[in-house]
Amino acid sequence: MNEKGEERSAEELHTILEEHKNHGKGLIPILLEVQKEFGYLPKEAMKKVAEVLGIRPVDVWGVATFFNQFRLTPLGKNHIKVCMGTACHLAGGRLVLEALERELKIKVGETSDDGHFSLERVACIGCCMLAPVMVIKDKIYPKMSSFKAEESLIPYRQESKPED
Amino acid sequence: MIFEEIRKRAVDQWEALRNETHILVGAATCGRAAGALDVIDAFKNECSRQGLDVPIIPVGCIGLCYAEPLVIISKPESLRIAYHNITQDFVPRLVEGYIMGDDPCLELALGTFETDDREVPYIPELPRFEHELRIILRRGGYIDPENIHHYIANGGYGSLEKALRMAPEQIIEEIKKSGLRGRGGAGFHTGLKWESCHHANGTPKYVVCNADEGDPGAFMDRIILESDPHEVIEGMIIAGYAVGAQKGYIYVRAEYPLAIDRIRNALRQGEEIGILGENILGSGFCFHIGIAEGAGAFVSGEATALVAAMEGRRSEPRLRPPRLAEAGLWGLPTLLNNVKTFAYVPFIIGSGIDEFTSIGTEKSKGTAVFTLAGKIQSPGLAEVPMGTTLRSVVYDIAGGMLNEKQFKAVQIGGPSGGCIPESLLDIPIDFDSLREAGSMMGSGGMIFMDENDCAVDTARFFLDFTAKESCGKCTMCRMGTLQLLSILDDITTGKAKMEDLELLRQLSEDIKMGSLCGLGRSAPNPVLTTLRYFADEYRAHILEKRCPALVCKDLIAYYILPEKCDRACEHCILVCPTEAIKGGKGEIKVINQEKCSKCGTCLEVCPPQYCAIIKISPICNLPPITIEKGDSAEGG
Ligand SMILES: Cc1cc2nc3c(=O)[nH]c(=O)nc-3n(C[C@H](O)[C@H](O)[C@H](O)COP(=O)(O)O)c2cc1C
Ligand code: FES
Repeated sequence: MNEKGEERSAEELHTILEEHKNHGKGLIPILLEVQKEFGYLPKEAMKKVAEVLGIRPVDVWGVATFFNQFRLTPLGKNHIKVCMGTACHLAGGRLVLEALERELKIKVGETSDDGHFSLERVACIGCCMLAPVMVIKDKIYPKMSSFKAEESLIPYRQESKPED
Repeated sequence: MIFEEIRKRAVDQWEALRNETHILVGAATCGRAAGALDVIDAFKNECSRQGLDVPIIPVGCIGLCYAEPLVIISKPESLRIAYHNITQDFVPRLVEGYIMGDDPCLELALGTFETDDREVPYIPELPRFEHELRIILRRGGYIDPENIHHYIANGGYGSLEKALRMAPEQIIEEIKKSGLRGRGGAGFHTGLKWESCHHANGTPKYVVCNADEGDPGAFMDRIILESDPHEVIEGMIIAGYAVGAQKGYIYVRAEYPLAIDRIRNALRQGEEIGILGENILGSGFCFHIGIAEGAGAFVSGEATALVAAMEGRRSEPRLRPPRLAEAGLWGLPTLLNNVKTFAYVPFIIGSGIDEFTSIGTEKSKGTAVFTLAGKIQSPGLAEVPMGTTLRSVVYDIAGGMLNEKQFKAVQIGGPSGGCIPESLLDIPIDFDSLREAGSMMGSGGMIFMDENDCAVDTARFFLDFTAKESCGKCTMCRMGTLQLLSILDDITTGKAKMEDLELLRQLSEDIKMGSLCGLGRSAPNPVLTTLRYFADEYRAHILEKRCPALVCKDLIAYYILPEKCDRACEHCILVCPTEAIKGGKGEIKVINQEKCSKCGTCLEVCPPQYCAIIKISPICNLPPITIEKGDSAEGG
């Protein structure tokens, strides 16, 4: 993130925390909002949250590491979620995940060095009849297979090229 | 405003819609995944291109997920027809055919809602609907979930109006008499819960709706909230009045953004017309509902863990008593019920106890809602009277197994439930029978398995899930599930001994005994039930290093049948990521087992006319490699 981005985000963090003061929001909704703004939970932001809520930073850390929704590292530009719910598992979700790991040369939970892709496993996104499914950004890809998953990456790869 | 006026306005609006041609498009998350938003855009474009002003309304889900995107076209003087699997390409046909013309486009139709002697099937008579009985799903997919008037015009908030004229004790009495049991899994008597919260000392009291839905294969709560959110809200307001609470929360996972949007919208509309907020319908009763977003942890669905999350702490369950009814959110009396439990309340209050108790079995009243997924013909959502047999669900409602494969088992209730085999298909579905079979109603997710699904691998899958999701508070749950997982790992990779089976069983019992909350106490269920019903499969893995379903990666090998390989085709070679397949132009292709990563891509791309690639288990059964150079030397 460049400096300007950081500045803007710092401002946003301030707004989120100010709003909390007015509405008395809980810790989880605040962290969810912080994450929405930054894409993940930066350490500094968590410290700030602890300070404003008057709780120990370790309690914020405890919550941030407990729930699946929170991320402690930035996501790639194209974030990929592979469903590993029951239906998707039975339909071969693991092969899809392995294919993506192989193709993107990252493990689940990691972000590629160039920041273009990150990979996450999730449990059931509620489209079991289309299993196995994966989600790139917000688009759902139904009835995947290792081969189709590889093919689906192509447009995202091309889009990311001109930037290098 | 008094309720009669509100209702009249709603009915007028609804009637006006029914008197004009309009289009409903199923746009719950499932419909969207199948492309519903593109279909909506296509209808908008096509209608404006044709100069038509036809309302296009995104609705929820009628539960036929296999038919998505589903479109219903209503014409005032004509049949109301549902069309299935509609993509953008069919839209011009539908607009020109049925909306502008008189051609009902039968080739795309699923059926009609009006009896008619034409070729179109009558939807209520489709085999599936003959066996279903819809109470809480009855409006989903037919009304606009973002328009409170649609809900009211279809009977909504009438029960609230009635309840506000009753004494709280009287409502609790009705709920008790109805025999309603909680749909969050355990089947606790709802009336008793309400009563103890009503009598509990402490103010304010809270009403919380559990929409955490953590089972990784169930999605009915989401669909209800996306399709008919007011039904749940109405149930919560009535509950609030009955127990004496002024504040309610819907705890919903952040992974359900559409459901959250629709609830938020519904709450706003409720406050606007005065069925929520201050002085509801002039009764003097005040009740507000807020949304509490969860951040995705299976254990958060457990009552005390959910409260911890709402208070901004890690979701660690605590010992009960005290129960939530006495000391819940912020230590105050709290009523917690599942989404479906609240959804039944308006029906019970509105239609009367007899109507509800006439459905179901002696000890499990009403209906049960299931999500059907896995290897069946027609996945989706189903609501059946309690007591319906599993066989009826598989064959009448789900349309039987996919590709006419053999039914093997159904996993009910997700990671807390168990696998039920063919031999038990005739047991009735109710809280107690399922428990006897070693499973439980749990979340109500049903996953059907056929001969290509491995019982051991499935148990391993669930243990992997619960081991990751254990909050870590009790040793038996934290370490025990990991140990179970490691034994199952050994079995699926062919490293286990027969003694390990006894160890699995013993450890499972110990974990059940030694865990504090339902997560640990039910985590061994998938292991115990598969051990009980599929012992042969465990033995095959251990003794023969064979996975009968050809699933466990370490026990299978991919093999190209020489007699079936086309030689000229090179699909497999092109896609193999590890370059494990050898064979030049015109030669039979052979897999180098040393290099093969068992990704399965070759099997997937081998053209169906050849089907030359198979899986073999145990690996020692692989035929020796014989490359006949002679045949391929034709050319040179
Ligand atoms: C590990 C675990 C997960 C649970 N997940 C849910 C859930 O996702 N939704 C739910 O309604 N109940 C869930 N429950 C059950 C709740 O603890 C509680 O019994 C239920 O919400 C009470 O509502 P009811 O009386 O309407 O069934 C879970 C229980 C356990 C032990
Ligand atoms: S299991 Fe993948 S969407 Fe439900």
